[in-house]
Amino acid sequence: MSLSLEWMIPLVPEEIVIVTALAALVVDFGMVRRKTPALRAAAVGGTACLGCVAAMIWLALGPEAKGAEMLALTPLTQFLKMALLAMTVVVAVLSFGARFTRHLGEYFALLLIATAGMMLLISSENLLMIFIALEMLSLPLYVLTAFNKTSAASAEGALKYFLFGSVAAAFTLFGISLLYGMTGDLQLGSLAEKIAEKLKTPPLEPVYYAGLVMTLAGFAFKVAAAPFHFWAPDVYEGAPAPIACFIASGSKVASFFVLARIIVEGFGPMHGSAGWEGFEAGWMPVLAVLAVVSMVAGNIAALVQSSVKRLLAYSAIAHAGYALLAFFGNPRQMLPALFFYVITYALTVLGAFAVVAVVENNGGRDRLGDWAGLGRRSPLLAGCMFVFMLSLAGIPPLAGFFGKFYVFTAALGGTTAGGKPDLAMLWLVIIAVAASAISLYYYLQVLKQIYTAEVPADSKPFCPPYAALLSIALLAGLVIALGCAPGWLLGKLPFVLNSTAIRL
Amino acid sequence: MLAWTIYISFLGAAALALLPPESRRAARITALLTALAGLALALGGAAQYEAHTPAGGLVDLVNMPWITELGINFHLGADGVSVTLVLLTGIAAVAGVLFSWNIERRTREFFALYLALIAGVYGVFLSFDLFLLFVFYEIAIIPKYFLIAVWGSTRREYGAMKLALYSLAGSAMVLVGLIAAYVVSGAHSFDLVVLAKQSYPVAFQHWAFLLVFVGFAVLAGLWPFHTWAPTGHVAAPTAASMLLAGVVMKLGAYGALRVAMTLFPEGLRFWQNGIALLAVIGIVYGGSVALVQRDLKFVIGYSSVSHMGFVLLGLMTLTQIGLSGAVLQMFSHGIIAGLLFAVVGRMIYDRTHTRELSELQPMNLSVLAPFAAVTFVIAGAASMGLPGFSGFIAELQVLAGAWGVFPRLTILAGVGVVVGIAFMVRIWIKAFFAENEAKGAAVQIEPITVAEKAGAYLLLGTTVLIGLWPGLLLNLITPTLRSPLFQPLWKGGPP
Repeated sequence: MSLSLEWMIPLVPEEIVIVTALAALVVDFGMVRRKTPALRAAAVGGTACLGCVAAMIWLALGPEAKGAEMLALTPLTQFLKMALLAMTVVVAVLSFGARFTRHLGEYFALLLIATAGMMLLISSENLLMIFIALEMLSLPLYVLTAFNKTSAASAEGALKYFLFGSVAAAFTLFGISLLYGMTGDLQLGSLAEKIAEKLKTPPLEPVYYAGLVMTLAGFAFKVAAAPFHFWAPDVYEGAPAPIACFIASGSKVASFFVLARIIVEGFGPMHGSAGWEGFEAGWMPVLAVLAVVSMVAGNIAALVQSSVKRLLAYSAIAHAGYALLAFFGNPRQMLPALFFYVITYALTVLGAFAVVAVVENNGGRDRLGDWAGLGRRSPLLAGCMFVFMLSLAGIPPLAGFFGKFYVFTAALGGTTAGGKPDLAMLWLVIIAVAASAISLYYYLQVLKQIYTAEVPADSKPFCPPYAALLSIALLAGLVIALGCAPGWLLGKLPFVLNSTAIRL
Repeated sequence: MLAWTIYISFLGAAALALLPPESRRAARITALLTALAGLALALGGAAQYEAHTPAGGLVDLVNMPWITELGINFHLGADGVSVTLVLLTGIAAVAGVLFSWNIERRTREFFALYLALIAGVYGVFLSFDLFLLFVFYEIAIIPKYFLIAVWGSTRREYGAMKLALYSLAGSAMVLVGLIAAYVVSGAHSFDLVVLAKQSYPVAFQHWAFLLVFVGFAVLAGLWPFHTWAPTGHVAAPTAASMLLAGVVMKLGAYGALRVAMTLFPEGLRFWQNGIALLAVIGIVYGGSVALVQRDLKFVIGYSSVSHMGFVLLGLMTLTQIGLSGAVLQMFSHGIIAGLLFAVVGRMIYDRTHTRELSELQPMNLSVLAPFAAVTFVIAGAASMGLPGFSGFIAELQVLAGAWGVFPRLTILAGVGVVVGIAFMVRIWIKAFFAENEAKGAAVQIEPITVAEKAGAYLLLGTTVLIGLWPGLLLNLITPTLRSPLFQPLWKGGPP
């Protein structure tokens, strides 16, 4: 045990974020306590943004970090951390105009701690570390969901989130303990080796499968895959809009990444099969079931929603289902397809929720009818929403289309027996494509209100804050650009994946 | 030059989106100029194609890597079939702008969406990469929805949503088929030329063909998936009905021919008879339903289903004469249906505010609006397939091709032609030349404008020109059908 501080170097970005969280508290309590709320929000939020930007700069320009035993630091994780920090900046910017709380210091501090949790989650190589990071992400989110103290829906959402979350966490922990009991290992890489060793003399003990399913349940909860999705609509609806943004985008990217890491790195060998004629036990059939239930339940429930936030929540469930399809791809395609999908989805939904937040702050609620005539009241905002909705629906040339296309292509090309693809996952792709066709209906319901409904007579003039408008327009531009030139992100991803710790 | 038809339409749409909202006149003129430029480019491109390309050859306009990870290229090209349909699009686009000169509400947005739709259509006809083709195919869906939902008439939101969902359901089927073909071929390419060279297992072709063909044919009005067509046409504003019937239905037929039939010839032969039967049912059913409609636009809407049946029947003959008839019928129906919708929607409905035959009857339109009446009679005659118009030579070729392959179905299709004459004559009598019983109901309507006359002359001129000189287009179409891309259709060597 040496006294050197070298062990802190790989974690500098996380440390910057944590220190900024404390700084945000200090700024709020010590310096701007008695100023106007707008000034306080700007000061504290500005501090938070500065911290995130500083961490991004370190990630981009700092010394190349070497991972430790429990910590993987690869170009891919660094890239994702930067993406997550950028998303946090957008969430912070959206919170400037928020009027739901007076406790701004605590609000931004919790936001930053959750961000640090996500960053840690992405780097974790060890089941125990993963669990701790997951809790570090989840606990602040429970509190943040309940932050709007004047709203009963906020408290309701938070309670549901907390109850579901803690049960799911308990399952995950139990699953991990079963696996630990069988293999004596928590490190993902060696876990996979031990499972592969056991698989040489089948059958595998059922305890392995129990551990697998229980571990996956926790992550299915985190990515809001049905049937672990019941918290999502209430949380999305009740939480303050910027927090809903955060849960729908950053938290989802991080959870999908760690899900991919656990499955590929830790459970890789026990994949089983979910082909139409050959179900075999393993993670593939589990994910196939999750995907089908999510796509069907999410899309059908979304058809009848009259609240835009709930609609987006159900659409998020459906999208979790589409994203799960990527896991059936062949190793060369599954990760690029998954990450392209999840990242573009996060950008899109971040934008969509940002529009919701702006509309809400301007006195509207989030009933579909309150959106009537937005196209005339604020053409730029409406234009951005148009892009986000159609991208979610998967209309080209937007990012959402290519994301789906790539995921479907990967899933169909997945199972290769003797070099020839056998279209084993065709049934799943057909369900996904059909579900995706249905989804156009509800996205068009939103756009119909925006563009075809008449402006209500009593509507007030619309003046969105410039910072929020700018970030929304940037997101819309990104969604279009990534749809027209997906090669830009894809070209980056395989490059970073080649050098990652993920073993296939 | 042809590729610029796409770009200029997108540019026009973008320019319109940037205009100030209240400048209606500028919006109209921008739209007209863009459409004219598109038509000029299409004509120029066609002339260039004919002068420089060996008959029926495929000329690459652009071919560069787009998304290398999946082997997707930005590949635009043209052969005789594409050129024919690009010409149709150019003409229909100009006519559509002329017939929507009276749009006063949100003019700028109307024309921006209109041009975006046109750009998508040009794109489909010129794409030789399946991913790109699919992208353009889907780009066309959203403008259609808004054109109908915002500017439409009867049950517009219902009609618009139905059309959008049918289109998307169709393209979902196509998508599954395309990805499956990509995966099975193992060629790591979405290029049509590359994929068409691969051989696919027969069992795979059976279902893949059905999926892709029906997916496209939904948009071509294949019975029993045609029900979007009448409601969509009726709900749409004039220009959108013209485009729907004129070019959007052709997207479906074109995709079925270009993609489904050339990629999966074994599947095609397996389902040939079944689809021909559906096509003939469409011909007879569409015509019969048109015969009993009370709403003038429904009559034209169902007649479109009937006429598109001839296209599908022609495709299924797998004879050269039948296929060239089918392609010519796509062009011909695009022009004639556009004209019929223009007369009904713009010249009559916008002035009398009714399309009910019983309400139009006392007005005696032949006296009230002689130009509309004359145009409609000529267009109706063309639609019946009278000699001298483009429809005659097209339907004749289809029937001649079908006779050798499905004699019984051909007789039924012949009955469809007679029904087609019947419903048209019924409209003539009821809407235009009824005895004016209620003289008190003499309504005054505004005169036909110059823009409308120009549009009508353009469409009438085209159908007569092709009717008298079909070689103009057949010289493009027939050699192309013998080109290597269409080889898989012909069993045992070129025809």
